[in-house]
Amino acid sequence: MMNLFVLQLLNGVQLGVLLFLIAAGLTLVFGIMDVINLAHGVLYMVGAYLIATFAAATGSFWWGLLLTLPAAVVVGLVIEFVVMRRLYARSHLDQVLATFGLVMIANEAVKMIWGTSPLSVPMPEIFSGSVPLMGPLKYPVYRIAIIVAGLAVALGLFIMVNYTRVGMLLRAGATNRDTVSALGVDINRLFAIVFTLGAVLACLAGALVAPILSVDTGMGESVLILTFVVVVIGGIGSIKGAFLGALLVAIVDTLGGVFGPILLRSVLDPSAAGQVGRVLAPMLVYILMAVILFAKPAGLFGRRA
Amino acid sequence: MNHTTKLLASTLLAMGMTAPAFAQDVPASADDDVLKIGLVYTLSGPPAALGVQARDGFMLAAEKIGDIGGMKTEIIVIDDEGKPDLAAEKARELVARDNVDFVVGPIFSNILMAMVQPVTSTGTILISTNAGTSTLAGEACNPNFFVTSYQNDQIHEVMGAYAEKTGYQNVFLMTPNYQAGKDSQAGFKHSYTGATAGEVYTELGQLDFSSELAQIAAFQPDAVFTFMPGGMGVNLVKQYSQAGLSSIPFLSAFTVDETTLPATQDAAVGMLGGANWAPDMDNEANTAFVDAYIAKYDAVPGTYAMQAYDAAQLIDSAVKKLGGDLKDRDALRAAIHEADFDSPRGDFSFGSNNFPIQDFYLVEAVKRDDGFYGTSIKEQIFDDYVDNYASQCKM
Repeated sequence: MMNLFVLQLLNGVQLGVLLFLIAAGLTLVFGIMDVINLAHGVLYMVGAYLIATFAAATGSFWWGLLLTLPAAVVVGLVIEFVVMRRLYARSHLDQVLATFGLVMIANEAVKMIWGTSPLSVPMPEIFSGSVPLMGPLKYPVYRIAIIVAGLAVALGLFIMVNYTRVGMLLRAGATNRDTVSALGVDINRLFAIVFTLGAVLACLAGALVAPILSVDTGMGESVLILTFVVVVIGGIGSIKGAFLGALLVAIVDTLGGVFGPILLRSVLDPSAAGQVGRVLAPMLVYILMAVILFAKPAGLFGRRA
Repeated sequence: MNHTTKLLASTLLAMGMTAPAFAQDVPASADDDVLKIGLVYTLSGPPAALGVQARDGFMLAAEKIGDIGGMKTEIIVIDDEGKPDLAAEKARELVARDNVDFVVGPIFSNILMAMVQPVTSTGTILISTNAGTSTLAGEACNPNFFVTSYQNDQIHEVMGAYAEKTGYQNVFLMTPNYQAGKDSQAGFKHSYTGATAGEVYTELGQLDFSSELAQIAAFQPDAVFTFMPGGMGVNLVKQYSQAGLSSIPFLSAFTVDETTLPATQDAAVGMLGGANWAPDMDNEANTAFVDAYIAKYDAVPGTYAMQAYDAAQLIDSAVKKLGGDLKDRDALRAAIHEADFDSPRGDFSFGSNNFPIQDFYLVEAVKRDDGFYGTSIKEQIFDDYVDNYASQCKM
């Protein structure tokens, strides 16, 4: 049971860093620009499709990744310019409607361009094996690489937010947008930077999971809800909160998914236990959210109550 | 006439006019001299690979035969998009508007269930080349319904019988949480008496199996049995080998086959499955089929292609026996039941419920000499195997 716990903890951390990459952008866009972006999951999907295309064209995962990042910048800038810029002054309902429309347009566009069959991305050769962990246990190298890459990005973001001029503007913007604008900061430029940064991080998350999952339309929606939970738990606009929230949500989700059914199996038959466990595991995340919001209504690191 | 009488009269008139339609079992399609066949397969969406193989297999046979049954042949290909309601509607159109003589397909059991009534109630023959639902093999068997594949449970039973024979004591079962997944575990346990290390049901469509693989790694079972069709299987197989679990035997049904091997490649080599045939079977009919398929489509055929290929051969043999006269439906059904053709799988005959009686094998994923990946016969598990539901069929 201990072995299983250790493996699941690693799986939880791996899912956590991915959620963090997506949630970081979402929380910034939400906190600084006050825009609810339901299409954030689309960027995750686009990242996966971009790397699938580039990796297939160049024959290498690394070239694919290298080309995906500048392409993600372009995607972010274009969406910001074409859609988002028009939504800043609108109500939240308009934003939800417009970005939900964007989700449907993007999914259909992806189907038209890449077809409906799922794509696969080759795993980089040096990360394709597994490493012995303890006893007979092994863990895939690639998932460890995802954890390391995610933590590195988190560290980079932490340094950027706390020790650079852009970071200072981001923090100021998340605290009080109007004052930042009144102090003569070009708010349009700041918004473009924030949105593009979020887009690149989400695309990076999509690119990183592409070799372990198949690249499929609708993969964005599957993570979007969990990401919003992360943002709410962490406190809107807080990178630190997004990081902690992502790990918390992912670990609770993965451990609950396995140990729930195992505990239930002692009282129910396996099929029913599996079923109930599957239902309970996602509920755990929302229960966690409710408890945290009860104690801290603005989330773990939220500033606005 | 008062209202009641009018109502009664018009009802009787309406009944009188529709009565002949009830009585007649000869569809309008039997009257013309064109042999029309409607193919209904899932040709788009994630599971499209299976439907594409089946369509290609049928078309290959049609091309080889030329005029099927010696009649001018017209084949209409329909994409059911994986939607049962759409399939039922398209099946109705095929029968009522296009006047087809035979409907061939589909891949999935839920779609088959939606199509059976609209097609067979008009007297049109339906030939399933993949789905073999238990109810249709038993209580709901139907004289106008034939199957060239298998009864769904049989593949799972092959794997259970193999686990039993090998003496595994502790097998980890993992299938998606829907009816076919539950049937799969029941089918496996039908012929396996040992203990299970875990019976896990995953979400249908789940793509990341990290937590299930963690359980397998922690429990270290004698073997893993799984049923993960389509994209789920591709992901599971890749993640299984990445997690370093390859030392634990991987028994599977509909997971490692010619439709998923192009995506999984080396990750799947050595994994085991159950089947009624494999492309490397050594007989004349099979060599001709596999060589022609590879030459035409540049891919190795799977069971989906083989079973559809046989459906075309089956129609050809039956219609030829009748000399193209399809009006005598009893004679047509009898001619189909004879199954007088050379199947690439060797032994093939129809049981009392119009499901095949055939041999089943343990197959292993291999890299073939021609560079393709495919399955290969390892050993025979069942000889002339009859499904468990045939005795419940009264027809």
